[in-house]
Amino acid sequence: MRHTITITVENKFGVLSRVAGLFSGRGFNIESLSVGETLDPTISRMTIVTRGDDRIIEQVTKQLRKLVDVIKVTDLTDSSFVDREMILVKISATEKNKAEILRINEIFRGKIVDVSPTTYTFEITGDEGKIEAFIKLIKPFGVKEISRTGKVAILREMNGE
Amino acid sequence: MQQIRRVTMQMSGAEILVKALQEEGVEVIFGYPGGVLLDFYDALFRAGMRHILTRHEQAAAHAADGYARASGKVGVCMATSGPGATNLVTGIATAHMDSVPVVAFTGQVPSHMIGGDAFQEADIIGITRPITKHSYLATSPGELPKIVQEAFHIASTGRPGPVVIDLPKDVLQGKGKYHRPDKVEIRGYKPKTEGHPGQIKRVLSEIMKAKRPVIYAGGGVVISGAGGELVAFAEKNMIPVTNTLLGLGGFPGNHPLFLGMLGMHGTYQANMTIHESDLIIAIGARFDDRVTGAVAKFAPSARVVHIDVDPSAISKNIVVHVPVVGDVRGVLKELNKIQKGEKAVWKEIRSKWLDRVRAWGEERPLSYDRKSSLIKPQYVIEKLSELAPDDAIITTEVGQNQMWVAQYYKFVKPRTLLSSGGLGTMGYGFPAAMGAQFAFPKRVVVDVAGDGSIQMNIQELATVAQHNIPVKIVILNNCFLGMVRQWQELFYDARYSQTCLSSNPDFVKVAEAYGVKGIRISDKAEVEAGLKEALAHPGPVVVDCQIDREEGVYPMVPAGAASSEMIFGPDRKKKESKLKAVK
Ligand SMILES: Cc1ncc(C[n+]2csc(CCOP(=O)(O)OP(=O)(O)O)c2C)c(N)n1
Repeated sequence: MRHTITITVENKFGVLSRVAGLFSGRGFNIESLSVGETLDPTISRMTIVTRGDDRIIEQVTKQLRKLVDVIKVTDLTDSSFVDREMILVKISATEKNKAEILRINEIFRGKIVDVSPTTYTFEITGDEGKIEAFIKLIKPFGVKEISRTGKVAILREMNGE
Repeated sequence: MQQIRRVTMQMSGAEILVKALQEEGVEVIFGYPGGVLLDFYDALFRAGMRHILTRHEQAAAHAADGYARASGKVGVCMATSGPGATNLVTGIATAHMDSVPVVAFTGQVPSHMIGGDAFQEADIIGITRPITKHSYLATSPGELPKIVQEAFHIASTGRPGPVVIDLPKDVLQGKGKYHRPDKVEIRGYKPKTEGHPGQIKRVLSEIMKAKRPVIYAGGGVVISGAGGELVAFAEKNMIPVTNTLLGLGGFPGNHPLFLGMLGMHGTYQANMTIHESDLIIAIGARFDDRVTGAVAKFAPSARVVHIDVDPSAISKNIVVHVPVVGDVRGVLKELNKIQKGEKAVWKEIRSKWLDRVRAWGEERPLSYDRKSSLIKPQYVIEKLSELAPDDAIITTEVGQNQMWVAQYYKFVKPRTLLSSGGLGTMGYGFPAAMGAQFAFPKRVVVDVAGDGSIQMNIQELATVAQHNIPVKIVILNNCFLGMVRQWQELFYDARYSQTCLSSNPDFVKVAEAYGVKGIRISDKAEVEAGLKEALAHPGPVVVDCQIDREEGVYPMVPAGAASSEMIFGPDRKKKESKLKAVK
């Protein structure tokens, strides 16, 4: 099963390799990982998407909690959360398909972040479904390059209930 | 004036480090110098701090480990950059697997050269990442007191383990102020010590329901100093107790409720009791594969209570029904406190079960051929157990020697057996014995060795000779890598591939060459006198005890079998024909 785990860690060198090492040391893959500073510059937040059966994931979260530099581990999978990913896609554009490409971008509310005589680069943000749908539609036009941030995620606030 | 005061308050990183170690109460460092550590060794010299020069860095790490296991304090070792640091690796991994509080310092090339493949550079933080509890790369002299303080705290609290501190040369040479924080504050590290009261109550209700309970106690009991609490708990509930290898000594070996060790070379009684039980109370243990055998067949009708300080140990290898996360001693104390009911009541309830348990003990006690004219290793261990005082510290190497000690030596006190259980490191026992002897100069310390293992750190004879510390080494010499040979005998048709040590040195002469007393025992009749002579000698001794070459360790649970499926010896007929083939 797919799990989305967020971790807050000390913003120090070496922390990323400790976290990554726990996964690689047990022989399983991180699908995506994103890291960034929080409001407190001494703390970073990681969002990790990984796959594994419940026992493995339980072991990994326990092992993550044991790391001295890890402050908090939350497996969001069984909770209600929002996740987003951003991609930058460079697409070959010709006179013939230009209009069609721009239309697709518009539907997905993408931004044009770079233009050249033969290419467009779009920025698309969304959840996994949106990102995958966009890639699927745009692929036939000739994707030159694609760069994905990996997911970031946050718990939904339930106070209003 | 201002100026002068500022200057006097500035210390070198090396001096700061020595002071930080002194403030942690470090009595002795085991180590080996080198280029990048020159400043540290100079500061150490000037401060008059105790340092033991081992003859190999691996031995320094094991000595720090032995010191820590024997005393319960943090052991400290030190090695230079590159090869010095990589030589520590086996020792650090050994300490990691067995949860031993060790702080290992490594020299490092100057900060600005890190990553440039400088002379004697090794990324020791990276290399040791999976085998340490935590590690630090020091970046300035001023932060050394905080790092050292944190490292000692992390190494010794929660589930203990090794911490590495990497010291670039410029950090040792640079200047800074000594400032040690008042207390350790690490937001990501707050080990849970108290067991959840609700879970503790559930343990008691499991005990109430159980008809065939057994306590399976591991190294955690020894580490947390819960020996007394465990005895009280077992006696109160009349529950029999089996120990893991690292648990031995955590429960008195001569107690009527004691079943001996369990697992691959455990007693028939312990393994049958576990197999037939309906409740296993695991305390400070981790269901290692040497204990469970085939997990699917392990204790088929048992519910499992697991008390451990490390949440990640719970439900790792087998499913646990009632977990209690907390310090073992505290949890046992609480259990003893809140449990009502008298021992007498339990005696009545348990009598049927305890009768069965007793019968298993009588049916198949540990045994060997006592009539043999050869020196049986089991006999040597029994004699040693008889002759050495109760508080003697016994270390082992790895292999048959280790298992015979576990089976035949009666450990009655915690922290008297030091053995590499998790990693199974040959070469551990002798340096660990040195470490223990430095912690307790007056106690008897004996390394029970194999002729293979002892040669992995035999150079340490120079260290014991230099300090004239009275470590005794008893080599159970079978001119074989015995444990591997035993597997070849049983499962590979006695093809003794690369296990015959036919050109062993004369160990008595080796000892003498180092200025250490050597004793040879080649006849059964000499065993007692030889051991007595060794124990009575005030300095170090090597005893070369020439045992029956093909003796095996039994019982044995073959790999993949259930713990109730033990074998008790080699197939006699097959064995004889093979002996002929060898000759
Ligand atoms: C460093 C290391 N290398 C290899 C092994 C594998 N091994 C386990 S037991 C053993 C044989 C040990 O022989 P010896 O020290 O003579 O002891 P004996 O079994 O004969 O008592 C070996 C090679 C090990 N445990 N450790």
